[in-house]
Amino acid sequence: MTKKNKISPGMIAVYLLLVIWALTTVYPIIWVVQNSFKAKDRILANSFALPLGELFTAANYRKAFRTADILGSYKNSLFISFMVALFVILLAGMGAYALARYKFKGSGAIYSLVVGAMMFPAFATVISVFQMEFGWGIANTRSWFLNMLSVILPQVAGNLAFAMVVLVGYIKGLPIELEEAAYMEGCNAFQIYFKVIVPLTKPSFATVAIFSFLWSYNDLFTQSFFLRTPDMYSITMMLNNISAKEGTDYGMMAAVVALIIIPVIIVYCFLQKYIIKGMTAGAVKG
Amino acid sequence: MGANIYRNKKPAFVFLVPAFLFMVVFLYYPFVKNIFNSFMEIKRLGSAGTGFHTPWYSNYVEMFHDQNVWTAVRNTIVMMIVTLVGQVGIAIVLALMVDNIGRGKQFFRTVFFFPIVISATALGLMFNLIFLYDKGMINQILEALGKQNLTDWKAEGIALVTMMLPVMWQYVGFYFVILVTGLNNISDELYEAARIDGATRLQIVRYISVPLLHNVICTCSVLAVTGALKVFDLPWVMFPKGMPLKTTFLTGTYMYYQTMETKNVDYGAALAVLIVVLGVILSKVVNWIFREKDY
Repeated sequence: MTKKNKISPGMIAVYLLLVIWALTTVYPIIWVVQNSFKAKDRILANSFALPLGELFTAANYRKAFRTADILGSYKNSLFISFMVALFVILLAGMGAYALARYKFKGSGAIYSLVVGAMMFPAFATVISVFQMEFGWGIANTRSWFLNMLSVILPQVAGNLAFAMVVLVGYIKGLPIELEEAAYMEGCNAFQIYFKVIVPLTKPSFATVAIFSFLWSYNDLFTQSFFLRTPDMYSITMMLNNISAKEGTDYGMMAAVVALIIIPVIIVYCFLQKYIIKGMTAGAVKG
Repeated sequence: MGANIYRNKKPAFVFLVPAFLFMVVFLYYPFVKNIFNSFMEIKRLGSAGTGFHTPWYSNYVEMFHDQNVWTAVRNTIVMMIVTLVGQVGIAIVLALMVDNIGRGKQFFRTVFFFPIVISATALGLMFNLIFLYDKGMINQILEALGKQNLTDWKAEGIALVTMMLPVMWQYVGFYFVILVTGLNNISDELYEAARIDGATRLQIVRYISVPLLHNVICTCSVLAVTGALKVFDLPWVMFPKGMPLKTTFLTGTYMYYQTMETKNVDYGAALAVLIVVLGVILSKVVNWIFREKDY
């Protein structure tokens, strides 16, 4: 076994390199956050100093809240991502159960279609989806709800195939004896699904939900097609818009970036085990 | 016995229809429609085509003569090589190092992974500040190290480097986690046997860890290549509209530029078809290069 108490020069070098990479991921964020508390004209001379004493100011944050509807964007983004995760779980769960347990003519072909659907990049579908939804009268309207719906629908579709593949794999691994027992007790297929399969599949549902949520929350491409006016903006759209307009107010830009990044970091600290699992399970997603 | 429950197939269709309909309406149909769109004349996003081009494939002819398409394809291929070598390469080194240390494995996993959780849009704005000409972090560090002139990181020539570094940086942790998981799956007995035979740490890495990791590395490589084709948010935020002088377009950002900025919607559709074709070809090539081997 390795002797862990022995500290060799090689080991010190290894730790040093690892710490250097860790610094590249952590320090930029710290740098931005500390500069978000300094006046615009003080950043130049003191960008590495901590914002203490007379350097400290909250003016950037006040201006950020005045310039952009940050809370409104948070509300829109959270609503969209939550609905996307919810619908992905609802639809993918049932579909995956059918594909995992039922063998019928064409079930293999349907599974291949699902796997194939993972490969479609958003670039290749977004124009036609916009046309279609515009034709239905749900895209590019004044209604908040319809606008949200118009972006939720394609995002659900974009995550559905991947979610089904993950869930089919998981449900196939469940022991069928429990379903047999439920069947003997007189449960029909729907009762078996909701009373046996759903509780057992919870961990996999969590993985899929986290992945869909984060993917939708961080997306700029699809959302920029469907969310056009400031009151509809998601967080990514608000960020993109504010940088186009006020990109040279570096203090405020730092404040806006900090306002967007810090909540995510806090959530990540608490849920990192599940998030890492969810994101890497998504490794195969297209 | 198991077959008995599921002999009645009717419920299967009830379970499948919603998800399947969703995919047909929002993925398969738009995908096919997009190919048609690329042959049509479309004036405005959202409006239907007003008829076919003459000749119907004229968008594809235009693509060959469009200098920006060549720039975008070239940049995208460079981006693929950078992500392949940079992301997967750095991730392999980091994963092998973390696999060999005693304390702090969990800490490094958490810290290396976290840029992936943050939206590329926010990261793009953050890197805008870091690479800023006169107040940015990089230029201040270089100045402190004694460099005389400031570097304009967004100038022509160096802009591509400025764009690709953050994209590469963000996803190293992703491949790192996949590779560490692969390393954990290698049985301890192999390491034990090698140690009894007197192998050094480096020999163990070279002759056990790396060969057994081959298939995981192959998976990561395919993901890095197909991922590079999908990069959009970060380049668009840092270098909107292919700034400077349309030299930083990628296939994805150029498709967006044509569709949304110049309202050349049908041409955007044709570019989307190009992205799909490139994706299929390039992932085949990578698969062929890294085809699975038995050890």
